[in-house]
Amino acid sequence: MDSPDVNFLDPEGYVAQQQRVHFWRIVALMGLVVGPILVLTPLIAYRYRFSGNSTYTPDWHFSWIWEAAIWGGPIVIVTILSYFLWQNTTALDPFEPLPIDGEPVRVQIVGYDWKWLFIYPDHGIATLDELVFPEGRPLNLELTSETVMQSFHIPVLGGQVYAMEGMISKLHLAADRPGVFRGRNTQYNGHGFHRQQFVARALPETAFSAWLDTTSTDARPWSDAVHDRIAERSTLQEMTEGDDTGAAFRDVPGDLFSGIVGPMDRDPDWRSRDRRDASVEAGPADGPVATATGQAADPAR
Amino acid sequence: MSLTDFIDALTGRMTLEALPFWKMVQNPTPENIVNGAIATGVAAILVLAAIAVLALLTYFRLWRTVWFDWLTTVDHKKIGIMYIVLSFVMMLRGVVEANFMRANQAVGFDGGFLSADHFGELFTTHGTIMIFFVAMPFLSGVINYVLPLQIGARDMSFPVTNAIGLALTASGAMLVMASLLFLPFSIGGWTGYPPFTGKEYSPDVGPNYWIWAVTLSGLGTTLTGINVACTVYKKRCPGMDFWKMPMFVWASVTTAILMIFALPPLTVATAMLALDRYLDFHFFTTDAGGIPMLYANLFWLFGHPEVYILVLPAFGVWSEVFATFSGKTLYAYRTLVWATLSIAVISFLVWVHHFFTMGQSAGMNAVFGIATMLVGVPTGVKIYDWLLTMYRGRVRITTPMVYALGFVMLFVIGGASGILLANPTIDYQVHNSVFLVAHFHNMVIPGTLFGMLGAYSFWFPKAFGFMLDDWWGKLGASLWIVGFMLAFFPLYAVGLLGLPRRSVAYSEAAYTPYTVVAMLGALVVLAALGAMFWQLYVSIRNRDALNVYAGDPWDGRTLEWSISSPPPVYNFAVGPEVFARDAFWEEKRAGHAYQIPDQWEDIELPANSWLAPILFFSSFTLTFGLVWHMWWLVILSLLVVVGALVARSFVIDRERTIPADVVREEHLRWLKAVREAPSAPRELEVAPGNWGRPQSEAGVPE
Repeated sequence: MDSPDVNFLDPEGYVAQQQRVHFWRIVALMGLVVGPILVLTPLIAYRYRFSGNSTYTPDWHFSWIWEAAIWGGPIVIVTILSYFLWQNTTALDPFEPLPIDGEPVRVQIVGYDWKWLFIYPDHGIATLDELVFPEGRPLNLELTSETVMQSFHIPVLGGQVYAMEGMISKLHLAADRPGVFRGRNTQYNGHGFHRQQFVARALPETAFSAWLDTTSTDARPWSDAVHDRIAERSTLQEMTEGDDTGAAFRDVPGDLFSGIVGPMDRDPDWRSRDRRDASVEAGPADGPVATATGQAADPAR
Repeated sequence: MSLTDFIDALTGRMTLEALPFWKMVQNPTPENIVNGAIATGVAAILVLAAIAVLALLTYFRLWRTVWFDWLTTVDHKKIGIMYIVLSFVMMLRGVVEANFMRANQAVGFDGGFLSADHFGELFTTHGTIMIFFVAMPFLSGVINYVLPLQIGARDMSFPVTNAIGLALTASGAMLVMASLLFLPFSIGGWTGYPPFTGKEYSPDVGPNYWIWAVTLSGLGTTLTGINVACTVYKKRCPGMDFWKMPMFVWASVTTAILMIFALPPLTVATAMLALDRYLDFHFFTTDAGGIPMLYANLFWLFGHPEVYILVLPAFGVWSEVFATFSGKTLYAYRTLVWATLSIAVISFLVWVHHFFTMGQSAGMNAVFGIATMLVGVPTGVKIYDWLLTMYRGRVRITTPMVYALGFVMLFVIGGASGILLANPTIDYQVHNSVFLVAHFHNMVIPGTLFGMLGAYSFWFPKAFGFMLDDWWGKLGASLWIVGFMLAFFPLYAVGLLGLPRRSVAYSEAAYTPYTVVAMLGALVVLAALGAMFWQLYVSIRNRDALNVYAGDPWDGRTLEWSISSPPPVYNFAVGPEVFARDAFWEEKRAGHAYQIPDQWEDIELPANSWLAPILFFSSFTLTFGLVWHMWWLVILSLLVVVGALVARSFVIDRERTIPADVVREEHLRWLKAVREAPSAPRELEVAPGNWGRPQSEAGVPE
């Protein structure tokens, strides 16, 4: 099998497409600045070389015309760039939903050393290191980390955002067509860092529904033991070696994510296992039905 | 107290596992053997080099010289030279580390030959060393050497403080070196982001090394900043108002102001991280009310001005180099001053661009992105000012000019990639990738490092009285330029293709061609370093033929060229007075250079002090003890530090006098040599036969 797509200049989704446009636009504008300097520098050094016979004015040191040009040029370029920067940045705020049609798919993502947990709160399932979603529909992601700072990135779809313990970040992406894309953590977090990659798989709508059904029935049930195992410092491969934990789970409690994030007014013991267990118990009864109503406590709202 | 308790207290947290070969001996897997052999080899080289240096000093009976002429000196010129020597030693290590990393990534498809932790230590020490113990000492050294000479002063405002600044920086460097013998160093990167470097995720002593090395460097640099600023404010010679200061002086004082304001946030951040690690504070943890994002803000509140601390002195150097080698006064001096000052102000308003991806609002990111691009305006103006300085000049391509031209052309490319990164929508893609690595190396290698190497080529004859061999110098400069391009242009490409920084291995076969070229580039840079060391050797061998005792090999413009090479310990026999910005150039033009003074006076200079070497050793033992929790060593070292400071306050005899007769004799001998030296036309500038007395372009009519 070929490597999953990883180059954002060959984009597969709305956000990365915009980013490619921005990239080439800035490169072109900067070319207007850089090009002349690359040409002029050797030219001037040669034209006014010591052994040449060009004009020599050792005391000439100022000209208003030149002054206006060398300040004016950069100011004009930076002004144009600033206009586009403001437009683009506010339009592509990763925390805001994308302006595309379709029922959004919600996925909550937890970063671990060195794997990613993808929770589908509306379906009561979760996967490790594989993000499956339908093409053409907005993908609304919420991120946190149960360890150090991480950065979640699927280059061909769009930008990256940090996932941090005790906080929720958001990211909105979409894929134009079915495909298999590389995703990864880009923020160094120890010796498994380079293997903290995952596959993002965009499926046709029907295939996605089928996948949801299969996973909801066939995957292993979620449990605290599974959670503890995932939280250990290991890659997915190391974790599943000689172990039947698997990489897909059903019966995932609807408030798993909010329990991991913890209360925003953190108290000293919020990370302790007792508390997490308590919050799981306090939540609605496990299973897809409860979460599908979207009633799970979510401190981000 | 049992024997075990005693040994535990003695060794703190150090065990046999700290030795570089221990893991390999205990658990000889192939991976452990490769990594252990590299670590042990490097440690052995370090120990042997240290023994060799000590043996040579003993054999040649140089200990008295070392102590009285160097370690205890407070002469700004010698302190400057020691800074630069320190920088070159550390640069050698940094470049070798870079070569290991590049070699590893060249074969990094599905795994290199280094272990992940070893690779982590390499990129952490490489970054820490190159910023704090190569770039910073180099620029501190150049400023130390050149600045007092350019403003017609006999020393810095606080000579002993100056020596202490060097001592703290050097002990920080020694701490990083010690981590080669007693492992491990941090793997948390030169930025040391918690919570990864916190106690919970990095329980080993690695981050302790990083914290204390950076803290020592930060304190030393703060002292340097205060000293440089005071020196510029208070020690300028008569006639030198602000608008007559050479451009390098402006760059230095601006840098000093940045140091004073930017280094404290770093020192605070490392101190808070130390409190987290040692005393269970929770500044940067996610429990007990701490917040890791605070660290990112504090660090980059230092880190971004730091970028301009690195590059502004180089800008100052370029202003001197372009003017001197164009035989022409600087274009738009006042514009350059304003551009420098505005860069300094803007540098404090852009730090958020280091973490656009941390989740601020889009508006906040846009504001900081635009502020970042604003820096491009004054920087672009500077570039054009240098080109206009060459315009209608008579440009001589010497070694410093090769660096300068390479700088201009490469730096604008780095600036363009910086504009890309300043755009949050692009940064979301290339943040944390090797595109970013390529960008900042593109700024600090052509920017800072070429500037410092240009300064080294430019002022070496001033400091040592003989020229550096020009052929080897140009070869070194060309290799640096080519090596840089080979090493980092592929990283731009492979960064766009999605290779994250700090990856010991990757899983895309498409990356390999780029990483192989980058490795070749790193080898060329190593060759450049070799050419520079060979240049030094060749030049020392030919020092009689390359002699420029008369002091003005480049047909210079500013005061440092109006005295002998090397300068006398008191710099100026008679305090100069200036009437123009290009003070010495105008004197040459008016035919007033090299005049015999009417009267001579005794000169008072600060006396040597043993305080700096004592603080050097004790701050090293103090921090080494802190790293390994050897509390007896910490207490002992603290007692020495406090004792030395108290004892110093009882020293009354802090000055020494150079009698007027000695000054007179030295100065007349030099003037005689100047008169006897054949005046060299600029065609002979870099050839043997340039005795430091130019046939000045200042005489050429317009």
